[in-house]
Amino acid sequence: MHDFDLAALLPRLLGALGDTALMVAVSFLAAAIIGILLGLVLYATRRGNLAQNRVVSAVLNFIVNIVRPVPFIILAVSIIPLTRLIIGTSIGPLAATVPLTIVASVAIARVAESNLVAVDPGTVEAGTAMGASPARVLFTIVIPEALGPLTLGLTYIFVALIDATAVAGAIGGGGLGYLALTYGYQHFDWFTVLVVVVLLIVIVQLVQALGNTIAKKVMHQ
Amino acid sequence: MSTAIAFEDVSKTFEVGGRSFQALKNVSLRVEQGDIFGIVGYSGAGKSTLLRTVNALERPTGGRVVVDGREISGLSKHDLFRARQRIGMVFQQFNLLQSRNVYKNIAYPLRLAGFTKGQALDRVEELLDFVGLADKALEYPSRLSGGQKQRVGIARALANRPDLLISDEATSALDPQTTGEVLELLKRVNREYGVTILLVTHEMEVIRSITNKVAVMQNGEVVEHGSVYDIFSNPQDATTRRFVTSVLHHLPGPETIAEIRAVHVGRLVQLHVENRQSNDPFLSRVAREHGVDINVVYGGVSELQSRLFGSLTIELLGEDAAIDSAIADLRASTPVTEFARA
Repeated sequence: MHDFDLAALLPRLLGALGDTALMVAVSFLAAAIIGILLGLVLYATRRGNLAQNRVVSAVLNFIVNIVRPVPFIILAVSIIPLTRLIIGTSIGPLAATVPLTIVASVAIARVAESNLVAVDPGTVEAGTAMGASPARVLFTIVIPEALGPLTLGLTYIFVALIDATAVAGAIGGGGLGYLALTYGYQHFDWFTVLVVVVLLIVIVQLVQALGNTIAKKVMHQ
Repeated sequence: MSTAIAFEDVSKTFEVGGRSFQALKNVSLRVEQGDIFGIVGYSGAGKSTLLRTVNALERPTGGRVVVDGREISGLSKHDLFRARQRIGMVFQQFNLLQSRNVYKNIAYPLRLAGFTKGQALDRVEELLDFVGLADKALEYPSRLSGGQKQRVGIARALANRPDLLISDEATSALDPQTTGEVLELLKRVNREYGVTILLVTHEMEVIRSITNKVAVMQNGEVVEHGSVYDIFSNPQDATTRRFVTSVLHHLPGPETIAEIRAVHVGRLVQLHVENRQSNDPFLSRVAREHGVDINVVYGGVSELQSRLFGSLTIELLGEDAAIDSAIADLRASTPVTEFARA
């Protein structure tokens, strides 16, 4: 039997929390940059948009659609050589950020693209009628107008990343998921599992509340 | 007076999924400087498409659109951007930027035209005063009423002191009270700033209350155009007549005639009424002289562009020959149309 001893669990818990925070923070920041850029390209190369380009659009869509349906754990394992190349190892939280960044990037690319597409075409038309160039319309109208919903989309991805780190933990990434899985689940230590799950719930609630607040501020509604 | 917009034989064909649809068919119209020119038609008539050729949001597939002496779709990209800055546009759904407050929405076209933030400030304040929203500068559009949003839309359209304003159903999303206020504002824009206005609407009331010229469109064609007075007082085309009767109830429709006929089985004629030069009581005089009796069964008189006009439908009772000569006499005083006999 195990003790319900929070004090004994605490050092391990904090370490795992740090690993999770590192994995989420690094992969989220990297994926936000890559994903938003990809989303912009996906949007701009669509038919009728300012950089309309069938080839680029088709290739990007193909890549995004390949990455998205692959189960995360399969993806993480299959890109181990790439991870070794970038990080130098395939073990540990930093190594886990590579597959995490890849899945989060394509997810953010789609979220960003759909938020850009959803911007009221009337505002685009108004900008065009006022004499703004297509590039100016994109940067001063479409992107600012999409920012509110994009914030909510990014919040959703952030939460999904926390979830994905747990899976990364299972293949040597460390973090809260790893703690719950190896120390908790595999040793029948339900107290550890419970503490980790409660902690994850609290984190997700806080992140979502923060995201909602920012989105509200951006959307002015 | 010089021409603000000339549509010369303008056609537009859309290709959709292999099928082609002709939205505009050889439209020719001239809008003179200072006009408030209205284009009226049912939805799908092509009026919005025609309006959007003025700032090249749509490009004609035939003919040309000349704005301020220059063919708009022949301009280079850069010149087109500049030309658009000088053509204000107002939209049915306002199309304000939700992520910017009222002040920044109005400043947007100024910044496009190269104003610094400081230069924009004075102009925006002036515009806010003009449209009566000086206290709303820092509000976001989501907190404004429809009428207020359209005032912002108009202020934005006027920002770069355009000579021309085009309006695509600007009042169609507004209630009647607010519609009146916005139309009043457009009138002021025309009167105080001398801005030529080309507007599209499906509401004949809009045409009646602010325009001086009107074109009626149907199936991509202009079926009738002219001064508002002429079109209202003497509509030629069936579509025009339907539009005119939607706001002026002088002329009885077919159903009304059937109702009238249920009681009034005599000969019905319609008399045109407009400003008169004499006070000759021609109706009672003709009745007396020819020994016929008269019932007024329908009609009305309105004021339009400061002139009176309308029509009266009367029933003439008596001998056929007497009525014939009475009608001939009436024609000396005013246009008369006889209805088909019962």
